[in-house]
Amino acid sequence: MLEQDLKLVEGAFKKYYFDHFDMIPIPERASEREFGYQKFNGGMNRHISIRSNEELRLMLITHIPSDVYCSNAYYSFPNLSMSEKDWKEADLIFDIDSKDLNLECRKDHTCSKCLSCGEISIIQSSFCKSCKSTKIEKKSLTCKNCINGAKNEVIKLNKILEDELAISKEKIHAYFSGNEGFHVHITNSAYQQLGARERNELVDYVMFRGAIPETFGMKKSQPTRSFFVELDDIGWRGRVAKHIFGSKSMRAKVLTETISNGYSIFQQKLDALKDTIGIKIDPNVTIDIHRIFRLPGSLNSKSGMSKIPCEHIEKINPFTDACIIDDEKTDVLANCPFQFTLKNRKFGPYSNEKINIPKYAAIYLICKGLANAV
Amino acid sequence: MLNLGTDEIAKYPFLAEAGQYLKDKGFSLEQFGTDPDLKPILDKAYNRIEIATTGKIYRSDIESLGDLDLEVFSFLLAVILLKLSGMTTLIRRFSLAEARRAEKYLEKDLGDLSNKTNEELATKIIKELFSIDVQKKDNFFIIPISDYLKHAVNFHEREWKLINRRVENGKVILTSHETVRLIRKELDNYIAHKIHSSGTPSMLDFLKKPVERLVSLGKTFSVPIFVSTEYPPCIKHAIDVLDKGENLPHSGRFLLATYLLGIGQTVEKIAPLFKNAPDYNERITLYQLNHLKGSSGSGTEYKCPSCERVKSKDLCFATSDCDGIINPLQFKKKKTVNA
Repeated sequence: MLEQDLKLVEGAFKKYYFDHFDMIPIPERASEREFGYQKFNGGMNRHISIRSNEELRLMLITHIPSDVYCSNAYYSFPNLSMSEKDWKEADLIFDIDSKDLNLECRKDHTCSKCLSCGEISIIQSSFCKSCKSTKIEKKSLTCKNCINGAKNEVIKLNKILEDELAISKEKIHAYFSGNEGFHVHITNSAYQQLGARERNELVDYVMFRGAIPETFGMKKSQPTRSFFVELDDIGWRGRVAKHIFGSKSMRAKVLTETISNGYSIFQQKLDALKDTIGIKIDPNVTIDIHRIFRLPGSLNSKSGMSKIPCEHIEKINPFTDACIIDDEKTDVLANCPFQFTLKNRKFGPYSNEKINIPKYAAIYLICKGLANAV
Repeated sequence: MLNLGTDEIAKYPFLAEAGQYLKDKGFSLEQFGTDPDLKPILDKAYNRIEIATTGKIYRSDIESLGDLDLEVFSFLLAVILLKLSGMTTLIRRFSLAEARRAEKYLEKDLGDLSNKTNEELATKIIKELFSIDVQKKDNFFIIPISDYLKHAVNFHEREWKLINRRVENGKVILTSHETVRLIRKELDNYIAHKIHSSGTPSMLDFLKKPVERLVSLGKTFSVPIFVSTEYPPCIKHAIDVLDKGENLPHSGRFLLATYLLGIGQTVEKIAPLFKNAPDYNERITLYQLNHLKGSSGSGTEYKCPSCERVKSKDLCFATSDCDGIINPLQFKKKKTVNA
């Protein structure tokens, strides 16, 4: 980050942590968790122990981190090295990112930025049209459609967590990630003690990976009609039945077709279903039992927005609710080929022009790499 | 602590404390060498081990068994003989066979609709020994997902994946066969551990002969194994486990076989390495090796798994020599380059 950008963004982050510290509740059992943070233009500092609100506030104000993290795991000695921490258990966590949904709208708000000459182009190319450099970075904003897509995944995930994994509602906490998706934290559940391999099985379950035809009633030889799943079956059996048969009245017809197509075609169908009915989570996050995960209430340096709790996921609008930096008028040189909306106000597109906009929008553009402070 | 009757101990003799059991029944070890009525039990004990070494399961006809004590005594004497012989390979084979035998009774007891006590005993054994909370629901058994996963991750067949199980309200629904199958490995380990940790009695004259026979029997399973210093530690570990006659998990066998095939060894040269496995079967081993090599079946040649994968299966024993490699196959190459 350039010097003048750094000054502006760090100032805004410092003010946020000073004015809105009440938005950053210290996590439960904080003294058993590992904390970490990153500074702008700096590396990761981790293996930090924070025991109280005061210690957390001091860390935020002193270091003005670009990103703050806290472990999902509980340790006897969170500040020691990884091998000496003495892992006790870990919250179950899920990360849903709208980037992974591959929605049609994605191309409409993704551009390429040349790291050599700074040229911004909406045409996806492996090299810069202006200076021919191949050092290209993709920059993307998020749109309402992407957020709604990610919300849907959270809703589907929560249903599985409640109905099939029997996790009670009050233990499931969803957050807007501060950038392009949502985080789901589950505390104090029956799954706390599970290791990485067991969590991988939960991931496969949620993502609908590794399903075999037998599970849904299809046998390799002489399949029997009565063994096949019904639409009102619980869990994946029912969901698969709904997708394959469509409706109860269609079941008999589709079943005849399914049986005549045979086992391998059915397996292919299941593999394809993974992409449509499987929940789009980042598997690496859930499997990791030593991860330091973005601290609720902290700012995300990819956008300048906050990781905020979503009590009612359907109602949340991150573009207003998570956009908390103040609206002081700020000059920036912006090069953003798309229009975006923050706090119900439309901004852009900007073509390499000097503009005067509220600080939250200025920080958003700088964090996205689409503007510089002047 | 489980409180068991003789008929129950006859099915699950590994639950008895050997010395205490004999004492409670009013017997001493010496009597088995002197009392003509007890002498045949020694032969039965030897026979029990011998059958185990062939990979078969010792059958007890408990339903019609007149003398349940005979069942328990033959097990306890077999353990004493094994301890005196010191043959680890025989202990592994014996514990595996006894685990299979107990599995049959557990499955039968779990599914015994006419006898609630049997079902309760089986669920209690599973709960106390393996910390799995089993509950009955209609003709099925339900266990918490977290308990299920801790055991099911050791299986490689896709049918054991959670996605391929009936999951309802935080529970996995299993048949009695599946419930028992879930703890097979742990049951085997439990019995083996119990034998290993039991004390070795002093050698008595009447035990000398059968112990000597066991030592010779055990030796027939020993295969001289050449371990190259160029092998990575994960491979040395796998060979070591097999060498001790211990049960190398499927993932370990896969690693060993694909590694050796990967460095160009022949199926014929690799097969004898598995001879020490408690469940060794020459025909199946050759078939599986050829399958991995791609010379049978679909023709797919299976590659040696990556270090990351090996690690995830708890089979990695990396040393500083492994620095910078991402697949065990690179170990030898890296050493050669550095040499």
